[in-house]
Amino acid sequence: MSEERNTYIVRCGEVALKGMNKPYFERMLVDRIRKVMKKFQNIEVRREEGLIFVKTPIDLNKDIVTREISRVFGVASISPAVEIDISEGDAEEVLDKIGQAAVSYMLGLIEEKGVQTFKVDAKRANKAFPIESPQIGRIIGAKILIGCKVLKVDVHNPDCKLFVSVRREKAYVFEQKVSGFGGLPLGTNGKGLVLLSGGIDSPVAAFMMAKRGMMIEAIHFHSYPYTSERAWDKVQDLARIVAGYCGRIRIHSINLLPIQEEIVQHCPEEEITILVRRFMMRLAEDVAKETGCLMLITGENIGQVASQTAEALVVTDASVQMPVMRPLIAMDKVDIMDIAKQIGTYETSILPYEDCCTVFLPKHPATKPKLDKILESESHLDVEQLIKAALESKETVMIYGEE
Amino acid sequence: MFVYLDNSATTKPYDKVTETMADCMKNCFGNPSSLHRLGIAAEKEMKAARKAVANVLHVKEEEIYFTSGGTESDNTAIFGAAQARKRKGKKIITSKIEHPAVLEACRYLEQKEGFHVVYIGVDQNGKLNLEQLADEMNEETILVTIMHVNNELGTIQPISEIGTLKRENTLFHTDAVQSFGKERLNLDSSFIDLLSLSGHKIHGPKGIGALYVNREIHIPPFVYGGGQEKGFRSGTENVPAIVGLGSASQISLDDFERKRTHVMQIRNHLLEGIKEAIPNIRINSPEGDGCSPYILNISFLGCRAEVLLHSLEQKEIYVSTGSACSSKKKGSHVLRAVGLSDEAMEGAVRFSFSEDNTIEQMDYVLEEIKKAVETMRKLRGALGRNRR
Repeated sequence: MSEERNTYIVRCGEVALKGMNKPYFERMLVDRIRKVMKKFQNIEVRREEGLIFVKTPIDLNKDIVTREISRVFGVASISPAVEIDISEGDAEEVLDKIGQAAVSYMLGLIEEKGVQTFKVDAKRANKAFPIESPQIGRIIGAKILIGCKVLKVDVHNPDCKLFVSVRREKAYVFEQKVSGFGGLPLGTNGKGLVLLSGGIDSPVAAFMMAKRGMMIEAIHFHSYPYTSERAWDKVQDLARIVAGYCGRIRIHSINLLPIQEEIVQHCPEEEITILVRRFMMRLAEDVAKETGCLMLITGENIGQVASQTAEALVVTDASVQMPVMRPLIAMDKVDIMDIAKQIGTYETSILPYEDCCTVFLPKHPATKPKLDKILESESHLDVEQLIKAALESKETVMIYGEE
Repeated sequence: MFVYLDNSATTKPYDKVTETMADCMKNCFGNPSSLHRLGIAAEKEMKAARKAVANVLHVKEEEIYFTSGGTESDNTAIFGAAQARKRKGKKIITSKIEHPAVLEACRYLEQKEGFHVVYIGVDQNGKLNLEQLADEMNEETILVTIMHVNNELGTIQPISEIGTLKRENTLFHTDAVQSFGKERLNLDSSFIDLLSLSGHKIHGPKGIGALYVNREIHIPPFVYGGGQEKGFRSGTENVPAIVGLGSASQISLDDFERKRTHVMQIRNHLLEGIKEAIPNIRINSPEGDGCSPYILNISFLGCRAEVLLHSLEQKEIYVSTGSACSSKKKGSHVLRAVGLSDEAMEGAVRFSFSEDNTIEQMDYVLEEIKKAVETMRKLRGALGRNRR
């Protein structure tokens, strides 16, 4: 008999819906799983009939494996399972084997969790197998009742729902399904540049786009010495957390202060915020083009602040040609905060090193800016030269997700 | 030019200190409680350090107990005094401008243990209202805790005079973290019972300090355990840091007057330069003898101190806004207590000196701070000038 291994069944969620491209998406997903599992030795990942099977050495902690794989975008759910070889024998012998495996599995659960009631949910993926799913369930259930005297069947509210899956050559017994994030495998949807501020929203926006398979690059604007170096550290910490889901993130950091100074001196006070915003977008677009990003991503959320009113967004958008993705646009703040907590960026986001550049905050920002007026204000500035100088001061660091 | 002017936050350890400590960690790593030769060697080193600290204060070495620093010394003194005297009275007198290590301990006693705490006010220079203190003093007063030199302003409090106001049941504690090794301290004539000091403010290591406890009094310990420090402060002694503190204490006495005069010249040079070159400022530190020469606090009106700090940092000049310990919270309780306006609080910068600073450095600082203040004021002036 070959060495004993732990088996995990990984379900692919939305990937399975893809038509002709399905093999491509599945291959990308397998690649991604292999990548996150690279830090362990002796791992096998293969796909078979719409599922992905991961095998690991028996001493590798199941919770760790489950957690790692559940973080891969495109994974709908994952189950640690017992694999049973059913390549030989007739139906009765096969069900005997499955029954034995199920009994020892349940004995384990009784010991560990004090399970008292159960229900079997059987599925015959291999339609060539002569016994139908409900019948398999009844037979395995009966074998468990005989094998584990303390157990009772409860079809409505069981302590344990035992899944039995009969496939070609192999059968599987498992209990839990740990949910993944869903989405699509990373790298199946190009690359986008996120404007990462250090607040709650932008890391969530980056995460949501990454979840749809988009690779992430980031740009950060600061106003040093009006902002602290700690704010820059904080942005890197946030990027590190997001990179935990998407491998690595390159951050470009640009000092906006020279631009803000020009705006303060030459443009109407109430338009400062929106003008700065337009410069950010332009700079981001230039960096995006240079780094092969297809679109910009922001954490903007309609109506949240003065620069995010419908009118302001129109004026902001007019500064660039590239599409601007705003995955949080219609969400409520509390829901954004929930996601931030779930992905682990919240605690870092609320650290109080936000930009202290209140010097540049107008007392009454324009909430309904008009494009023609904004363009008129911008005509007092040497936009091209300011952009060029800002890009020259750009610093870039690569951030890797934590192991 | 590298100019470090944040010496009240912490100082750069003397080379002698780091060498002595490294040597101690390599060659004298024994546990002073061990019975063997290595333990005895470590104990000896510690004894010498204790002597060096005691010498600075002109006290007996058995009156010095090592702690983890100023905060622990303050807490030990305050909680210990309260515990020891609670049957004699429940009144504690302190000031509004104490370090949080004192204020928070007092607040705890006030809120959880039913003590009556009086926070004495200060004048615009941060000097204690002695009359109010004298009025508040009564037979119920078991503890007076007043700092010697204020960490944000540099104001020196008249601790000898405060000491004479003591009643029979009163213990007098002073937080001398900013003055130990920098101001002459005579504990004989000042009626001080308890005094806190710290290593890293005098070019010694962090994580070490001491509490002086007058041998005539007794207070219970704050940390319990293996009975080190005659049972007053348990926990294996931090021998390398203790040795470092000893070394720094000893060096602090060398050329004491010369160093103090030098720092005074440095401070005056910068102060006069700023007064001459930059309009619209407020000198928050007291002028004249009532201030430590090591600290200078100035508000640059119309500027944000935090932005000034970062601007100067770009020129390798390191200063502080208010005090480093409180800069994370909004506004300084000390600056508020001396009655600063919001604008003056926002623009308050603390320069704190050491013997390593030079006149050339001050000229450079003056030039850079002038530039930074002007740029900032210009920008702020521009804001709001243009409107649609």
